[in-house]
Amino acid sequence: MRRALLIALAAVGLMAAEPPPAPDRPLPDAAQEARAQRLFDDIRCVVCQHEAIADSPAGIAADMRGLVRDQIAAGRTDKAIREDLVRRYGDFVLFKPPVRIGTWLLWFGPFAVLLAVGAALLAFTRRKKTETAPLSPEEEARLADILAAGQLRRDPDAKRSDD
Amino acid sequence: MIVETGAFALILALTLSVLQAVIATAGRLRRSPVLAGAANGAAIATAGVVAVAFGALIFAFVVSDFSVANVAANSHTDKPMLYKVAAAWGSHEGSLLLWCLVMTGFGAALARAHNLPFGLKTSAVATQGLLGALFLAFTVFTSNPFTRLNPAPFQGESLNPLLQDPALAFHPPLLYCGYVGFSVCFSLAVAALIEGRANASFWPAWGRWVRPWALASWAFLTVGIMLGSFWAYYELGWGGWWFWDPVENASFMPWLAGAALLHSAVVTERRGALAGWTTFLALLAFTFSMLGAFLVRSGVLTSVHAFAVDPERGMMLLAILGGTAGLAFALFAWRAPQLKGGGMFAPVSREGALVINNLFLTAAAATVLLGTLYPLILEAASGATISVGPPYFALTFVPLMAVALLILPAGPLLAWKRGDLKGATQRLAVAAALTVVMALVAYAVFDPRKALSAAGIGLGAWLILGALAETAERVRLFRAPLAETLRRMRGLPLGAWGMTLAHAGLGVFVLGAVVETGYRIEAACPLAVGQSVQAGKWTVTLDDVRVVEGPNYLAEQGRLSVSVDGGRTREVTAERRFFPAGGQTTTEVGLDFRALDDVYVVLGERAQSPDGAHAWNVRVWWNPWARLIYLGPLIMALGGVLSLLDRRLRLAVGARKAA
Repeated sequence: MRRALLIALAAVGLMAAEPPPAPDRPLPDAAQEARAQRLFDDIRCVVCQHEAIADSPAGIAADMRGLVRDQIAAGRTDKAIREDLVRRYGDFVLFKPPVRIGTWLLWFGPFAVLLAVGAALLAFTRRKKTETAPLSPEEEARLADILAAGQLRRDPDAKRSDD
Repeated sequence: MIVETGAFALILALTLSVLQAVIATAGRLRRSPVLAGAANGAAIATAGVVAVAFGALIFAFVVSDFSVANVAANSHTDKPMLYKVAAAWGSHEGSLLLWCLVMTGFGAALARAHNLPFGLKTSAVATQGLLGALFLAFTVFTSNPFTRLNPAPFQGESLNPLLQDPALAFHPPLLYCGYVGFSVCFSLAVAALIEGRANASFWPAWGRWVRPWALASWAFLTVGIMLGSFWAYYELGWGGWWFWDPVENASFMPWLAGAALLHSAVVTERRGALAGWTTFLALLAFTFSMLGAFLVRSGVLTSVHAFAVDPERGMMLLAILGGTAGLAFALFAWRAPQLKGGGMFAPVSREGALVINNLFLTAAAATVLLGTLYPLILEAASGATISVGPPYFALTFVPLMAVALLILPAGPLLAWKRGDLKGATQRLAVAAALTVVMALVAYAVFDPRKALSAAGIGLGAWLILGALAETAERVRLFRAPLAETLRRMRGLPLGAWGMTLAHAGLGVFVLGAVVETGYRIEAACPLAVGQSVQAGKWTVTLDDVRVVEGPNYLAEQGRLSVSVDGGRTREVTAERRFFPAGGQTTTEVGLDFRALDDVYVVLGERAQSPDGAHAWNVRVWWNPWARLIYLGPLIMALGGVLSLLDRRLRLAVGARKAA
């Protein structure tokens, strides 16, 4: 009984829960199909969580794939297809955001960080040159003492009151 | 009763954590070893008590006690035992308890460390206690996993079937050991800033103290991320292994910061230099961990990995993140300018190379941070919605890392203080020549010809050969008698082997990632039984489809044979599973492991074949060298473990011998 019920449920779940999207019909021209596949990777399924239409099982992703294939078959360029999708769904639909004033920080930020951190590290290392005093013999001895393997022990000045 | 014990233990742990912070602070202020000892005891007791709570939660899952709301929401009597246990950390509440367990466990280990000086250790124990108290309070007051349901339901709602997977059962514990392990680095950094010692011998010692914690956390995180990626690879059925998804990014940021920290701590340890910078990275690594927890749990980001989402709790996490990180960085801004610098070094030196490593790793982490948060910021600021995906990271992250990896092999060959660039170049000449040959061969052999991918293969080879060249140099391979070389090999510290392994492992990963990304072949086709589809050199034939019954699901199971000219034909099974308890379907990928390659088969929905017969949508990927993507990080983590075992870092052991 339970098994029959499960099978019935599974039948519903596996087949009838959502009408299966029409299977993808690859373009007959291999070069055009390859172009389509490359575009699929950069276009976001608009109802999914962070999935490209290349990967998404959703019905709308299948529709979008069909749309892209139709446009390629109609001889439109990749750029025109992307622009068309953006008109329809907004910038959200492309995994590669456009370069405009609002996204300058996004696109050039990493390289700005590279320069800023480089400058900071340079400052760190420069500053040191003026401040560094060589260790006194006593400090050298303590350093060797602390770093010596197998001889580590509690800090000798743990109980010193001016610590 | 056991559940009540767990609930009680959780509250007790919070109390003990607060006591730990307060007593340690008092002990530090009064310089009282007695109070400090009591705080250490509280830290160890907290870990024990949280372990009791965690055990009680696992027990509730094992016996399917549906009067516990968390069990009712995440378990089911039909579920296999492994997933009943793993469900204990599959939800927001349970995973937060795991977070607390790891955090207090690391806190206990810190409290047992024998070698740290009194002031530093007591301040660190106080900081760790405060962090533990914050997260325990968050758990107790907003996300208590022991909340009861009345009346109790007869059956649970089951765990998300995507999470019922062996890789995912072990992925969170390892990942959390990495994330939360950085909390000790954070506490040690805060303590060092508080103690702010002016004497120059402090920072080298501090570098040595902080390094084992950073190494252990980083190694855990490496394996944890690898398992998560492997899970996404074979459970989602999309053929890919890294999607630059916000949650993946959230785990990647602490990894990058941790990798920078490891290297920077070496400079601080050996030369006393970069003390402020190393402290900054120690703070940054755990801040990224907390940021990741917030991003994943608050639901501000959409992701395929987010399974425990609640916006209100997200605000509380943001408050914890802002409070702790804000205070810590304010402390840093106040104290860092007073830090004494260490030894001088020329731009071309080991230190210089490590500085460049840090520069690029930090810029890479910033790139991931920008790419992850920018859509949120832009939407909040202007209402415009954008998506940041793989093409963005291919143009920013990848070139940054490529430059860093190109420089990497030279670093270990440069001497401290003042390196000999010409000498390093000469010692790498053989590796460089071999690299160029390999890149050219790759360009000629792989089909289709891709210059960038061939260059990427060269980069992977360069890392491996460079790491080997460095070891060969150290043992005077072929330049001294064999006996001398063997003697030197035995004499090499484990840390040196660890570094060689980690760098070579990175190369192995680069090889896998480049080849898989550049030369993967995909085919999709509706297949009736007996029909086949071609993906590159592989022919995949659908032999049979039947309905099978699992412990808590029903599945359509396709048996497919994978054949190749001149090779053995092998069977794989791919499934579409239906879980009645939650009404979800998942795919089980059929994976045929062929040497380094994967043939990856997904059985899709039923469809009509062109001639009207019953057919199934079958997708096939040929993922060349995909094995290396998972092997590489394992080798890297092994390198980390070897370094960790190095005598010089085993501080506690040395202390015990001395005592």
